[in-house]
Amino acid sequence: MSDFSEELIKSTTEDDQGERCELSGTGMHFPWLQKHIETVATGGKKEKDFAQTTSACLSFIQEALLKHQWQQAAEYMHSYLQVLEDSDSCKRQAAPEIIWKLGSEILYYHPKSNVEAFNAFADRMKNIGVMNYLKISLQHALYLLHHGMLEDANRNLSQAETWRYGEKSSSQEVLINLIQAYKGLLQYYAWSKKKMELSQLDKDDYAYNTASQNMLDHSWKTSVNLGALIQIPGVWDPFVKSYVEMLEFYGDQDGAREVLTNYAYDEKFPSNPNAHIYLYNFLKREKAPREKLISVLKILYQIVPSHKLMLEFHRLLRKSEKEEHHKLGLEVLFAVLDFAGCTKNITAWKYLAKYLRQTLMGSHLAWVQEEWSSRKNWWPGFHFSYFWAKSDWKEDKALACEKALVAGVLSGKGCRYFRYISKQDHQVFRKKIKRMKKLVKKYSIINPGL
Amino acid sequence: MDLDEAKEFKERCTQCAAVSWGLTDEGKYYCTSCHNVTERSKEVVNTGAIPNTKIQAINRGLKRKRKLEKGWDWYVCEGFQHILYQQAEALKTLGVGPELKNEVLHNFWKRYLQKSKQAYCKNPVYTSKRKAPVLEDNPSHSDWDSEPELLSDFSCPSFVESGAESQPDVHTQKPFPIIKASQSETASICSGSVDGVEYSLRKEKGIVKMTVPRTLAFCCLALLWQRETITLSDLLSTACQEGPCPHLGSEPANPRPPRSGIFVEEDHIPYINAFQHFPEEMKLYGRDKGIFAIESWPNYEDIYKKMIEIATFLDLPRFPDITEDCYLHPNMLCLKYLMEVNLPDEMHNLTCQVVKMTGIGEVDFLTFDPIAKMAKTAKYDVQAVAVIVVVLKLLFLLDDNLEWSLSNIAEKYNEKNKEDKPWFDFRKWYQVMKKSLDEKKQKWEETRAKYLWKSEKPLYHSSIDKSVVCKRREMVVNLQKQFSTLVDSTPTIGKKSPSSFQFNWTEEDPDRTCFHGHSLQGVLTKKGQSLTTKNSLYWLSTQKFCRSYCKHVTTYEESNFSLSYQFIINLFSFLLRIKTSFLHEEVSLIEKRLFKTKYSKTKKKSSRSRKVRKY
Repeated sequence: MSDFSEELIKSTTEDDQGERCELSGTGMHFPWLQKHIETVATGGKKEKDFAQTTSACLSFIQEALLKHQWQQAAEYMHSYLQVLEDSDSCKRQAAPEIIWKLGSEILYYHPKSNVEAFNAFADRMKNIGVMNYLKISLQHALYLLHHGMLEDANRNLSQAETWRYGEKSSSQEVLINLIQAYKGLLQYYAWSKKKMELSQLDKDDYAYNTASQNMLDHSWKTSVNLGALIQIPGVWDPFVKSYVEMLEFYGDQDGAREVLTNYAYDEKFPSNPNAHIYLYNFLKREKAPREKLISVLKILYQIVPSHKLMLEFHRLLRKSEKEEHHKLGLEVLFAVLDFAGCTKNITAWKYLAKYLRQTLMGSHLAWVQEEWSSRKNWWPGFHFSYFWAKSDWKEDKALACEKALVAGVLSGKGCRYFRYISKQDHQVFRKKIKRMKKLVKKYSIINPGL
Repeated sequence: MDLDEAKEFKERCTQCAAVSWGLTDEGKYYCTSCHNVTERSKEVVNTGAIPNTKIQAINRGLKRKRKLEKGWDWYVCEGFQHILYQQAEALKTLGVGPELKNEVLHNFWKRYLQKSKQAYCKNPVYTSKRKAPVLEDNPSHSDWDSEPELLSDFSCPSFVESGAESQPDVHTQKPFPIIKASQSETASICSGSVDGVEYSLRKEKGIVKMTVPRTLAFCCLALLWQRETITLSDLLSTACQEGPCPHLGSEPANPRPPRSGIFVEEDHIPYINAFQHFPEEMKLYGRDKGIFAIESWPNYEDIYKKMIEIATFLDLPRFPDITEDCYLHPNMLCLKYLMEVNLPDEMHNLTCQVVKMTGIGEVDFLTFDPIAKMAKTAKYDVQAVAVIVVVLKLLFLLDDNLEWSLSNIAEKYNEKNKEDKPWFDFRKWYQVMKKSLDEKKQKWEETRAKYLWKSEKPLYHSSIDKSVVCKRREMVVNLQKQFSTLVDSTPTIGKKSPSSFQFNWTEEDPDRTCFHGHSLQGVLTKKGQSLTTKNSLYWLSTQKFCRSYCKHVTTYEESNFSLSYQFIINLFSFLLRIKTSFLHEEVSLIEKRLFKTKYSKTKKKSSRSRKVRKY
């Protein structure tokens, strides 16, 4: 359950007061303060024992859920439900949402629970008050999706979509959009299945026409459903992706570009690396000019310097004619290797080794020194230790050679990594090591005079 | 939502042709297979649970509204009378003598009605408009039998029947039928009882108004009068967790022997939701809700205060003497609590000594006399427990030091002399008690958290929100049903028969070792003919008593005291379900009596007083 509620949290931060306030602020959360505030609100009046029961019950449920004791949780839930009859209208109104969250969690995991039980629970909870109808409908649909019941989910979403209650508050509008978008996603799923079928059909087949007509039909509905949501600031990756795929399929390149550009560059949207990745991939498919691709990846570089596209970025920069791009190319490589997850990326090391030589040959020693100065304190320990030398050599000799070359260039012949590798004697790598020694001698930035 | 209700609708669905209808919340039929909702709506017959009041009102107009309020004319005091009746019945099934109900409580209640001018007097307060003329019609009657419809037979709930059936003419003959009519018009937002609104507005000086907690004070007074073997803490824990009470109306085949113990907490005495056992025709709503609905457990201090308040208000004479052979005498209670907390029987000797020296065993001290200048009664149970705490302090000092070194000595002795009667080992006792207490507390907290407060009969403010409240109730019941299917099928432990003890001690189980037979030899020494405690030190729980007007004599800041003392106080206050500070206060008061001279000196002297006591 948690996985889909998260999506909701992301999208509906505005409408949720109180309990989610910690999301919007500094990210700090003081549970004790909350309790304190609650007692102040009642004007210091002694809490009734009924309230004590329900709050104790709530913490027992939370504890049970934490320990995955679904049975116990259900037992306490049985008693906690009376909070719906709390004489304190404030608590009574907040109750359905809490009950829904806890109850759906229990029903999701409880061994004796099943889809029917969950459906019955969701249907009941939807109709307690009006504020939760959409939210619960959506989560109900997501539950059904989890269980592969696409049709039921779709029916649920359609029902929720047409639901109206007086004046919609703005928060409800977002939810309706989200519901429509999920419906769109389901239609996309059907569409892409159809697309698969179509690709297997012969164009001359009489079924082809109806199938393609069917697809068109679907796409039109879907784009209506998806289009509204992605106008609203938020993180809508799956929706955007499928929408763009459909637009592209029907040749609406401009529309797709507009959607993606908007998704990536609109400042109202939260910073989202995927937005730039989608745009980049789209532009690449479109064979956009290098300059344009570089500008997209530049932003991604600022958000996620360790992304695997950075090597591609480096290649683009290397091929560029501008000197500043060359310099950036070096920066990018260093930045990639700053991350522990990339330490064994042989391509990155190969690129760095090659590019260092190229840079130094181009007499840009200053660039290298600039990058190295901030790293010379920790890279030797981080990458070029004796331990790494040994283990790299054991696991991947080619990697060890590339690294040794970089190590030698950057921290001189005295570097442990370099020394260890250069002492190795191996038939296949003998030549390579020899070359490496030579290069280090020639280009090492340590005591270049020697 | 209810499939059963939709069975009579047999048409085929226009969308999928299935005949499987359910009812939506608005009372419309929907197809359960394709969720198509029809325009047809069910003719609603049952009035119980339809959420949309607007639709209802249009459908049914005012007809239903009237029906809803129909019921007997009843007064708030009759409601309380009914609760008292049930409580008295419950006490009877617990083994209390029938005189308690028929004589004592009955008389107290009559006296209350008279004192509060509700009956048995010439001009009953605020019902005078209606009652006075009736009285004048029957001038021959004396005060006491002038209200037959109110109190024809206290021992039976038929007072309601007699009010509505055997005496219908009293109401119909009323000279002011208009009042009644207009009342029922406005009553839709006021109350189910005739005088609920007036009652809740009534604020007269000098009148003690009846409340649900006060019913318990009444019971306790009656028990005290009868010198029954039930203390206030026993009674309260019995009233604490009242659910549907099984004892109502039916006499049990075998009345149990007199017992004390945890009663209300274990559903034995009606308290919370006591109103749900009212006869069907006694409708409760509106203001009645504020009068009869209870959302808190009874609290010892509160009920204790109410007891005194009521006794004074009723102007009761001195209660029967509490002598040494009474259950409420501290010597008896000490014996009981020593057994309960697994302390050696030999300690009883010492508690008796303390009781004697402090004078708290005197008849005059123990007997309740509401007419006395300062009406106050002993908190028998709390006092007995406090005496035990004082004895423990005398023996073991409880300074987190001496009790452990004495335990070492006892342990060594017991190892060497396995055949002899073992010496009482405080450490071992602590370990056993701590474990049992923690388990009990945990269980207690869990059952409290699972307690269901709401009655099956929902209470609402007016007929307007009746449907909403009923709907809510129904929703909760349905949801509860759903979650109870997820609970382990083994039935939850049924209602225990009331027992005098919360703990159980046996020799066999190492976790429940019984210390009753252990000897105190290790902590006492012979001095001439008499025995003295080895420990000659003592510290006072309260150095200085509070003399301000704040009414409490001392405060209890846990962290200022030794851990052993904290544990002992926690243990006993859990046993009686009272606040720790309350027990601490009682301990201090016992000490004040025991060390009278020291208190006058401590003003000058240091805090730790040397104390040698002979036995």
